Amino acid sequence: MIEIIKDWCKGCEICVIRCPVDALEISAELNKRGVYPPKLKEENECNFCRLCELLCPDFAITVIPEEEGEPKETKSRLIIGGIVNEV
Amino acid sequence: MTEMADANVLREKYLRDGMLPTIFCNGCGHGVAVDYTLRAIEELEIDIDTIALASGIGCSSRIPGYINADGLHTTHGRALSLATGIKAANPELNVIVFTGDGDCTGIGGNHFIHAARRNIDMTVILLNNFIYGMTGGQLAPTAPLGSIATTAPYGNIEQAFNISELATALGAAYVARWPIFYPYQPIKSIKDGLQNKGFALIELMSPCPTAYGRRNKLGKIDALWTWYEDNTILIEEYEKIMNYGTDDEKEKVKQMFQIGVFQNEVKAGFFEEYEKMVERLIERDDAKGGGK
Ligand SMILES: Cc1ncc(C[n+]2csc(CCOP(=O)(O)OP(=O)(O)O)c2C)c(N)n1
Ligand code: SF4
Ligand code: SF4
Repeated sequence: MIEIIKDWCKGCEICVIRCPVDALEISAELNKRGVYPPKLKEENECNFCRLCELLCPDFAITVIPEEEGEPKETKSRLIIGGIVNEV
Repeated sequence: MTEMADANVLREKYLRDGMLPTIFCNGCGHGVAVDYTLRAIEELEIDIDTIALASGIGCSSRIPGYINADGLHTTHGRALSLATGIKAANPELNVIVFTGDGDCTGIGGNHFIHAARRNIDMTVILLNNFIYGMTGGQLAPTAPLGSIATTAPYGNIEQAFNISELATALGAAYVARWPIFYPYQPIKSIKDGLQNKGFALIELMSPCPTAYGRRNKLGKIDALWTWYEDNTILIEEYEKIMNYGTDDEKEKVKQMFQIGVFQNEVKAGFFEEYEKMVERLIERDDAKGGGK
């Protein structure tokens, strides 16, 4: 699962461009800066490599690996003013 | 590899929440450098209260404002002099300087040369974006030939500073250069720099899409990153080509930025030498029975 602080995203799309397995896409959720933060694709092969988290210039992404045996969550969480929304 | 800290954890522990998001433009590399530095501090388990940050003026020099550690912000180009003063006043502190290419090698060029030459015990994280970002894109002394800047509208005709090679030649204890988008190498270099006793320079090639990219047909962040990728070569690869390559290959790699660790030496920094000198003089005076 990936967690995104919605209003910290500036829309550089580095995470989407650099994800080695093309797991991310731009969401349809407009943030208050007027950009669309990323989200995990419905079908994705995210392997929790954390590259998107490391390269994000705005500390907006956290990658949270699923526990062993837990089903993989394809949803991303958008954090808006501390409130968690699933997209 | 040790388990990496979550960005969430780093944010809570080290960032001044109220200051975020940063003022940096969309796609600026400077924020990534903050992330890498925090990860290095976390992995080395350095107490943030033993760290003092110093910086001058520029977008890159704003970084200490985001980190929840003591920091001092000084006039343009004087970050290293200020940092030298901090270290002199309290040698126990881990002094980290955030600076830009304009700040450190333009207006602050002489301070840089002498801090590196004297091997002053500090870690300098230099964000090289080839341009004066904050003031809107004047030519920096690091800009590659042909670069367009507000003060070089027809293309730069000046030879650029090669910062890492300069610091290496000056005898700095640790020197490394990495593009910002390879995470693990810069984090490792920042860790090595923090552990090194002398002057450690980590030059991070940090793209400025706004003031440099747009003028140089590299406004799209991906285009700018690809340019960095196409124009950098590992030091080891460079040496291989210079030894065994064809003339064409050699010409090509000479135009590229070498990346990697340029120097990694174990030697005492200035203030360690200074302590030793003081001890030597005390011993001498004691032997003479002087001063009593
Ligand atoms: C003495 C002085 N001269 C000029 C300036 C204007 N000035 C502010 S920031 C800057 C350039 C900063 O460039 P760099 O260090 O490369 O940082 P960047 O913004 O690119 O990260 C200049 C020339 C100043 N603040 N003080
Ligand atoms: S953790 Fe890695 S694989 Fe998953 S979305 Fe981020 S970059 Fe892609
Ligand atoms: S002007 Fe350049 S260096 Fe300054 S914040 Fe914008 S992209 Fe970064």
